[in-house]
Amino acid sequence: MSSLRRLLTLAALAVGPLVVLAIFFALPIWGMVTRGLFVDGAVDLGGIVEVMSRPRTRRVLWFTLWSAGAATGVALALGLPAAYVLHRLAFPGRGVVRALMIVPFVLPTVVVGIAFRQLFAGPLAGLGLDGSPVAIVCGLAFFNVAVVIRVVGATWESLDVRPAQAAAALGASPRQVFATVTWPALRPAVVSAASVVFLFCASGFGVVLMLGGLRYSTVETEIYLLTTQLLDLRAAAVLSLLQLAVVTTLLAIAARLRAVADPTQRRQVAQPRRVGWRQAPILVGVATLMLLVIAPMATLVTGSLQVSGGWGLDNYRALTTPGASQALVVPVSHALTTSLRIAGQATVIALTLALPIAIVAGRRARTSTERRLQGVLDGLFMLPLGVSAVTLGFGFLITLNAPPLDLRSSPWLVPLAQALIALPLVVRTLVPVLQGIDDRQRQAAASLGAGLVRRVVTVDLPVIWKPLLAASGFAFAVSLGEFGATSFLARAGDPTMPVVIYRLIGHPGPMNYGMALAASVVLAATTAVVMLAVERLRVRSVGAL
Amino acid sequence: MTLTLQQLTVVYDGVPACVDVSLELPDGEVLAVLGPSGSGKSTLLRAVAGLEPTASGRVSWDGRDLTRTPTHKRGFALMFQDGQLFDHLSVARNVGYALRLRRVSARTRETRVAELLELVGLAGYADRLPGTLSGGERQRVALARSLAAEPRLLLLDEPLSALDAGLRERLAADLRAILTAAGTTALMVTHDHEEAFRVADRLAVMRAGRVVQSGHIAQVWQAPVDADTALFLGYARVLQGPAAARVLAAAALDGAGDPAVAVRRSALRVVGSGGRLSGQVRSIQATPELVRLVVAVEGIGELDAVASLHQPPAPGESVDLTVDPTRLAVLRG
Repeated sequence: MSSLRRLLTLAALAVGPLVVLAIFFALPIWGMVTRGLFVDGAVDLGGIVEVMSRPRTRRVLWFTLWSAGAATGVALALGLPAAYVLHRLAFPGRGVVRALMIVPFVLPTVVVGIAFRQLFAGPLAGLGLDGSPVAIVCGLAFFNVAVVIRVVGATWESLDVRPAQAAAALGASPRQVFATVTWPALRPAVVSAASVVFLFCASGFGVVLMLGGLRYSTVETEIYLLTTQLLDLRAAAVLSLLQLAVVTTLLAIAARLRAVADPTQRRQVAQPRRVGWRQAPILVGVATLMLLVIAPMATLVTGSLQVSGGWGLDNYRALTTPGASQALVVPVSHALTTSLRIAGQATVIALTLALPIAIVAGRRARTSTERRLQGVLDGLFMLPLGVSAVTLGFGFLITLNAPPLDLRSSPWLVPLAQALIALPLVVRTLVPVLQGIDDRQRQAAASLGAGLVRRVVTVDLPVIWKPLLAASGFAFAVSLGEFGATSFLARAGDPTMPVVIYRLIGHPGPMNYGMALAASVVLAATTAVVMLAVERLRVRSVGAL
Repeated sequence: MTLTLQQLTVVYDGVPACVDVSLELPDGEVLAVLGPSGSGKSTLLRAVAGLEPTASGRVSWDGRDLTRTPTHKRGFALMFQDGQLFDHLSVARNVGYALRLRRVSARTRETRVAELLELVGLAGYADRLPGTLSGGERQRVALARSLAAEPRLLLLDEPLSALDAGLRERLAADLRAILTAAGTTALMVTHDHEEAFRVADRLAVMRAGRVVQSGHIAQVWQAPVDADTALFLGYARVLQGPAAARVLAAAALDGAGDPAVAVRRSALRVVGSGGRLSGQVRSIQATPELVRLVVAVEGIGELDAVASLHQPPAPGESVDLTVDPTRLAVLRG
């Protein structure tokens, strides 16, 4: 095949997803940004300066930076030892603990928010941290420990043991081996994890909104407040732009630092070591971490079982009602059905878009042009990861409101937005797997007389089906918990679970609060079940951004 | 200053990889452990290095038991099959790695690294990164790095087998010269008997986890302990019974006790007349130095033989043959 034809084939594969990305991602973001920045057809620079010089903006920026920084620090401090224990040591129950630790990452943000509120207002009320920045940092870190464990653990597990053995044979003590061989090999993964975690923390929405209220605001919640409460679109647009710039930079850094081990190279990987007394301190640390993961969830569950006269299932029974004083338009059970349906649709859309992109980005590039194009494509589809979901949601509302794209009342609006948000995670799961297929396998099959279809069936399919399934589950879980964009787009009569939970929290009354807790438990359980099923597939690239 | 292995047994994944291995390696000598792949020789090496836990037996140096000593305290440097250079460090930093661990001063380190690079023929490579080196250069750097640690014992895991044939031959000679010059005691494992002969003083042959023969290299070469060992050492055929007796008689060797005979490919030579054996040429194959034949010898069967390039016989022709007794091994096992 000539290189031109090859390029054209790859371009044809990419064209569909690119069009979708242009209409449903670039257009809304552009619409949102121009709405705020252009006055009478010209850029209003004075407006930008004005917004940036407001004391509140500066406070929000500062809070975003330090809370994200602190949460990243906490997540690393807890996650690195845990990555070692869960990926390098062998002990009974390791699989269960590993699965448990990945759950927080896909827990809906509103659930995490409500769980921490419950924790700091309930069992830990004595600390006086309810509604404080500390609670926000804890909530953000709780989420992202899973990312650290996942990214660093996967690298740690697949490290070749021979360089370390070579160092030991040259006289390096275990400490020296770690400092001179293991750490340099691990560092890219740690930096990459840290930058992704920082990104997630800095654009955290649900957790901050639930725990910070109006007092503590990050850029993301501020955009939400500016657009929905204060109707100050210009300020929102300026903040969106700022966020876009920071996020793109961070993503570029993370991409550059992503561990670049050649997936086709065979490595000799260490057997997990048995646990000995020497590891006791680190094991105690991990046990503590597990407690930290379990505690918020446990208080959430006990809270949901508490009713005025003691214990009972009343809160769960109330889920079939619209709540006290008509807090909701539809009962929670209806929202659950809606959530599941939308998550299913979003998953299908995300997979349909991700597969061609992954195929194009996962091919072994034959020319430097091809490699550069692949890089651009890969980067383009990572953008939704960092762009404010709130901006996306609001952009949908203001740009897709006129023919030929009047989708405001379309039932596909929410699934589309959620699919775009899940897209980067799906692409990131599939690309390393496809890259890991040695092209010579396909060539060997071809030389034995296999046509294109036969090659895909014998070489690609056996490798890709599990990751595909895992990516679907992952997309489903992410979509179930999506709140930022959905909060704008969900139709009043068809809300999703996170939207309903947020609404219940906003309405006074112990019954509404109890219902919110019960609904959170149901949503968390649903997500956890999906995620545990994904974890059973043992696909390493899931969640390893 | 002797490495002693006493009845060392290593179990790998529930399967015994080395069984009751006992060996001795005196100071300054090079011992090659020769065996086919899967014979447990690499596991043995890793056990000596302390990278593989032993099930029973002892590894000791000068009578001091090292079986429970961790790798980094044994003072044995291990050179891996593919070098295992640290890719993030320059050549000089790789070579100076062990010196840095011992906090040797920067100036001394620099001098020592330069000396070692000189020794392995890579002067001027100090600032290169391992990724830019060829396979042979990487192995030389790995060797220099191991020597820098001034190990009591150098362990070499198939040091040359990742290289192509021509380079392998050259590096084998270099390796021998470097080890002799440095006076290093070394234990090398390999599956290539020619490599073993080029580098080592002593030889131990391993099969299915056991050492079946060990001793001085020429001694093992001349008297393989059994037929399988002979074939592994490069003997072409092993003859038994009357066939063996006829060949021994033709070589004027003692045939008492009805021994088997291992025959090298060049043991029989075509002569104009007066040979002790005669036979009919079945096939011929010319090489740059001589002609190799397969001959059906009366009373024995097919044997390999050589003839000079000058007047090679044609297939079907009858030829006279002499036997070179130094290219036979009598197997009395």
